[in-house]
Amino acid sequence: MKKKNLSSIFSQLLLLFFVIIWIIPTFGLFISSLRDKDLLAISGWWTALTTTKVNEIHRMSGMEDQIKVDDYFIIKGKLFETNSGKKIQNFGITSKRIDEYVVGEIAIFKDKSEVTVDEVGNYIWKSKTEFTKKKGKRLFISVLSPPAFTFDNYREVLFKEGIGRAFINTAAVALPSTIIPLIICSFFAYALTWMKFFGRDTLLAIIIASLVVPLQMSLIPILTIYNDFGALFGVAAKSYPGVWMAHTGFGLASTTFLLRNFIKSLPSEMMEAAKVDGASHYDIFLKIIIPLSIPAFASIFILQFLWCWNDLLVGLVFLDQVPSEIILTAKLKELLGSRGENWEILTTGAFVSMTVPLFIFFALQKYFIRGLLAGSVKG
Amino acid sequence: MSLLNLLLIVFLGILFFILYFHITNFFLDIYGRKTEKRYKFENSLRVLIFITPAFIVLFIFILYPVFETIRLSFYDKFGREFVGLYNYKWAVNDPEFRRSIFNNLGWLLIVPTLSTFFGLVIASLADRIWWGSIAKSIIFMPMTISFVGAGVIWKFIYEYRGPGDTQIGLINAVIVSFGYEPQAWLTIPIWNNIFLMAIMIWIQTGLALVIFSAALRSIPKEMLEAARIDGASEIKIFFSIVIPYLEQTILVIWTLITIIVLRVFDIIFAMTNGEWQTGVLANLMYDWMFRGGGDSGRGSVLAIVIMIGVIPILAWNLYKHRQEQKI
Repeated sequence: MKKKNLSSIFSQLLLLFFVIIWIIPTFGLFISSLRDKDLLAISGWWTALTTTKVNEIHRMSGMEDQIKVDDYFIIKGKLFETNSGKKIQNFGITSKRIDEYVVGEIAIFKDKSEVTVDEVGNYIWKSKTEFTKKKGKRLFISVLSPPAFTFDNYREVLFKEGIGRAFINTAAVALPSTIIPLIICSFFAYALTWMKFFGRDTLLAIIIASLVVPLQMSLIPILTIYNDFGALFGVAAKSYPGVWMAHTGFGLASTTFLLRNFIKSLPSEMMEAAKVDGASHYDIFLKIIIPLSIPAFASIFILQFLWCWNDLLVGLVFLDQVPSEIILTAKLKELLGSRGENWEILTTGAFVSMTVPLFIFFALQKYFIRGLLAGSVKG
Repeated sequence: MSLLNLLLIVFLGILFFILYFHITNFFLDIYGRKTEKRYKFENSLRVLIFITPAFIVLFIFILYPVFETIRLSFYDKFGREFVGLYNYKWAVNDPEFRRSIFNNLGWLLIVPTLSTFFGLVIASLADRIWWGSIAKSIIFMPMTISFVGAGVIWKFIYEYRGPGDTQIGLINAVIVSFGYEPQAWLTIPIWNNIFLMAIMIWIQTGLALVIFSAALRSIPKEMLEAARIDGASEIKIFFSIVIPYLEQTILVIWTLITIIVLRVFDIIFAMTNGEWQTGVLANLMYDWMFRGGGDSGRGSVLAIVIMIGVIPILAWNLYKHRQEQKI
């Protein structure tokens, strides 16, 4: 019995190890997207809950803010909000020695003016002669920053970086690209299962072969067709309907295949009975097949929707990379190139793009897995 | 395009297909009910209505392109002049192409194998532990994210800062804490391929996992219990009963992941764009679709090479389908 316990503990530890490895990347991204962007750039996300030492540069106010007290001209000010929780440890007045003075000490500039800084960022700058410059001098401070979490990154990314619009564009691509194939493939699958016509078996074999044809085989000819079509009718070669049809084409084989397998499994007696009662194929389709196929529709909807939502290649080739058409994945890729160092934008953007898939994952996992198990095979 | 317009065309686009089916069938129902004679004609018209949209899409987006791509591979970069095997000869002699083939083979060898392996191990571990289903959910989660999103996640993990700076990438931080030099992982040739593959394995293990855990449930409990009573160890049971029982499933998963890996594009495009010797066929193909104004001949050759990779799977699927039809 003891041996069994030991092996059980070992299995648990091993599984825990896998779980940790698998969750860490996403978890790190999520934490980072909520962190203050300055802290994010200089410390690892695993230190998010500790205080971090940050070096900052500030410029003091200029001549306009000076007041005269006794013999001195004085400029007072704040380097940061008092309630920000930051604490200054050291400060300096030249870039060569940024932590020359401890908080409270008095530093003397070349022009004999004196400055001192307290812990919470208030400074007092005094001089015996009048200040004459519009801009004040620079102060270098090293601060202990407490953990800072914020939704600023989300605000920035959604409204300034164009991710918000890209989100809407992606939905405008993914929804029709999922619903259109479901409509036309359900009729197609019905015909392949319950109607007799010449060439049916060949058509089925073509569908099965198309399941694994990589979409790279279609890219160049379709792009040529679109370009010719656009030139002929004087419309844009790249457009939303074009992407919908491309996604419909690439998802057609798998959607038809899965739906056919499902429709085939329905009891045929029901349809025969309806036929005897004088129902047309359309009646049978609407009143028997559709209601019975709702679970299958749900699974296929999720598979195809996630595919379209997460797709990059189709959106890259068949849409213009302009703000009104660019999709999330393409936008993210663009940001990876142009804002590669701005991790607050990248992590937040990536997380925004993941919200819909994660929602599906948490809310509809059952249908998603059922769809995968039904044999998700896709070129 | 304004949001309102966008909403409108989305709505109209979907409505178009619903109306097509509804109106045609509606009139056909009225027509067909009138006399017996019309019944047969009605039936064949009905078949046409049902299959035409799907068939047109299938033809335009899959069938025609397959033949057109094959044709284009023998033509010049504009698809106008016949050049025989010129594009194929170019490919064989092109160092980038060879590099891509080599990398693709690496991906095909490593990713399906490791994903299947991890999937099987995790599925069998989770099967006997009370919190197993939570563990399965967590490991399955990457399946739902886009390759580009996963790319960002992992680029952050691989992030490199100079030796003196604080590392914000997890791996470099760990390495530095053990006293080693930080590395720019994605720029180290050959090895960087492995780091990119890790992302795909991270994603695809979830797929293998869900299929395996469904298959594990189908193993007869009596068989396992009998083996346990006979004193077989869990490891022995795993190798002598579970693995042989799952042979078919392993094959299915392996094929599935192979198909996905064969056309891997997004991860490499987002992470390295094929630099530092990480290019694969799909990226090279995308490149040639647009490089120098686009070369449809070379692009087509590359697409065909990818296609050749799936032909054995295609043939096997058709063979299986034929067998099923006979029964």
